[in-house]
Amino acid sequence: MAVRTEPFVLNMGPVHPSTHGVFRMRVTLDGEVVVDIEPVFGYLHRGIEKLAEQRTYAGIIPLTDRLDYISSMNNNFAYCLAVEKLAGIKVPERAEYIRVIISELQRIAALLIAVGAFLNDCGAFFTPFLYMFRERERIVDLFEMVSGQRLTYNYLRAGGVSQDLPEEFLPALRKFMDMMPRFMDEYDRLLQQNEILIARAKGVGILPAEQAINCSISGPVLRASGVKWDIRKDDPYSIYDRFDFDVPTQPAGDCYDRYRQRVEEMRQSLRIIEQAMKQIPSGPVRAEVPHLIHPPVGEAYGRIECPKGELGFYLVSDNSIAPYRCHIRPPSLINLTALRDMVRGWKVADLIIIFGSIDITVGEIDR
Amino acid sequence: MMIVDFIATGQGHFQAIPPDWPGGFWWHWLFFTVVVIGFVLTMVMGVIYIERRGMGRMQSRLGPNRTGPFGLLQPVADAVKVLLKENIVPAAADKLVHWLAPVVAFAPALMIFAVIPFSNGALLADLNIGILYIVAISSVSTVGVFMAGWGSSNKYSLLGAMRNVAAVVSYEIPLVLAIVGVVLIAGSLSMNQIVVAQNIPFILLQPLGFLLFFAAGCAEINRSPFDLMEADSEIVAGFHTEYSGMKFAMFYLVEYAEAVAISAIICTLFLGGWKGPLLPPWLWFIIKVMLVFFAMVWTRTTLPRIRIDQLMAFAWKFLFPMAIINLFITALQVLAGWPTQLMWAMIIVNFAVTAFMVLIWSRFFFRLGWGRIEV
Repeated sequence: MAVRTEPFVLNMGPVHPSTHGVFRMRVTLDGEVVVDIEPVFGYLHRGIEKLAEQRTYAGIIPLTDRLDYISSMNNNFAYCLAVEKLAGIKVPERAEYIRVIISELQRIAALLIAVGAFLNDCGAFFTPFLYMFRERERIVDLFEMVSGQRLTYNYLRAGGVSQDLPEEFLPALRKFMDMMPRFMDEYDRLLQQNEILIARAKGVGILPAEQAINCSISGPVLRASGVKWDIRKDDPYSIYDRFDFDVPTQPAGDCYDRYRQRVEEMRQSLRIIEQAMKQIPSGPVRAEVPHLIHPPVGEAYGRIECPKGELGFYLVSDNSIAPYRCHIRPPSLINLTALRDMVRGWKVADLIIIFGSIDITVGEIDR
Repeated sequence: MMIVDFIATGQGHFQAIPPDWPGGFWWHWLFFTVVVIGFVLTMVMGVIYIERRGMGRMQSRLGPNRTGPFGLLQPVADAVKVLLKENIVPAAADKLVHWLAPVVAFAPALMIFAVIPFSNGALLADLNIGILYIVAISSVSTVGVFMAGWGSSNKYSLLGAMRNVAAVVSYEIPLVLAIVGVVLIAGSLSMNQIVVAQNIPFILLQPLGFLLFFAAGCAEINRSPFDLMEADSEIVAGFHTEYSGMKFAMFYLVEYAEAVAISAIICTLFLGGWKGPLLPPWLWFIIKVMLVFFAMVWTRTTLPRIRIDQLMAFAWKFLFPMAIINLFITALQVLAGWPTQLMWAMIIVNFAVTAFMVLIWSRFFFRLGWGRIEV
């Protein structure tokens, strides 16, 4: 006798332990199997794009901190790139190096959180998460040294950075750089061959390369599907063309590959920082830029490879002190477009880890 | 019949009432009821402390350290906190079922301790079917859990309760089969007789049985990595999502009382119960229970959670065949008289069998990641 079942709708979120903020999914379930999902967002909408139209170009930088709040240095970077393109500002050499070091450190910090949160979603009761936070804490200490803040740094400026590195920064960074590879090896030893992690994540939530491209997915999620696309390599901004680093990719595009991809990217970031530390010149850290920038009428798009993918700022200027329009391309939002196809047919537990492996920040989705 | 005997005569099925206590049965009954309740409540506090501090150390943080010396009063603070919380009942809940569920879940967890010996003969009721009684009683908790899941009229709760029922039904079988090996060697179902029979701890004679019982026991009581009935990252808190205040505290108590119960059963069946040199028996018993519980905390901090279909596959494709093979080998050994005559040979053979079986089976016959079964 066949048992008749009927699907039911479960509201996951906006307050739920694994929705990484206030994200909501209307999940249609048939028992434990996900039939359909409908992402609902907007709970953290602060109107950052609109607010930006009433602020000076320098005044927008603190707003960008609050987009993807776990990688605010990168947000500053993308925005400053756009403003520099718009106003034709030349950034001094030392500032470029500082920016690269800072943004790669931020990438490591953000990827640590991504990996830790992913493992938390897998049900490893906070242990990996706290281990990763231990390392992130060291990076945040470094950031506190340069900017005085620990979460929303507001450090980069159009035409450079707000202040030079303090004297003790480079020795402290050296210490961190000597430590970090050992910690990375430790994580790999603890997690890479874990039978349960492999059973949970391998082959789950496969995102084929074609679909990833069609959905304009970017960042580690795209590269885990085997597409070699990294803006740092393919459309180098700042001084990324001077460094020698690889763009790792993974073959399968499942959750396990996305986790591995993030670990590999951290290693590459360490390589970049290592080289930048050797080459960093002395000199000014900020170009002569007026307090109120009046860019010529026009538009510019600045994009960087942020830890989650391509983060872009599109600015339109009407020669006033505030942008006429500021549009943000948040990687979290666009990476989510593939979520529905990835989770259909999997179980509730898989839904959580697939969602976790995409690595979103709601502050960036809702803006 | 037994219950009638129990009430009418107060005699019969009890073999070992300590002779130096005046008043006979009823004093014994009163004394051990108080002891059992006190033991369970204090042990729960102790294990909560061990879990929170131990997990803190393993996760490179301090753990609670503000309440009393070394944070020793943390469980008390937790208890006071939940007592002061408002009791919220969802509007759509089935009020009676919702109210009754924590009680139904808690009673069996307490009743298990009636047959656990704290010292030679020091137990509430030395039933000659002690272990069978435990197996029967421990399943009743599931009814409470399902009542909670159903009565809350919350979808998360229902999912958690469904998962719990599925898991308990599957894991009872390897659990019982692992016990049968011990019973064969001890030749008795009475918990006290099983301890008395352990000249050496049965973990040496039944290493595979111990591992199976530990894994299945963890699954019975929702300990990680089998904690998907209250998987916080998936279904919020499972069956007790809608509970608050004292009723939540009851479920919290049940969770840890069951953990203590499983630890106590493991300790009685496999680790020689109250037996041990120098220290008094009850202290040995508590030390062993704490050690077993610590192993559970250790697995909790180390392993990610498995998925529901993997949980089922693990029970039916890994634990179940292993338990059958273990039972078969043990039965042959008992038939040949090994437990009394060739004890050393039995230890060596059984450890070899355990290592061989676990390695072979986990390499060639069952991997967690293999295949998916529909649940």
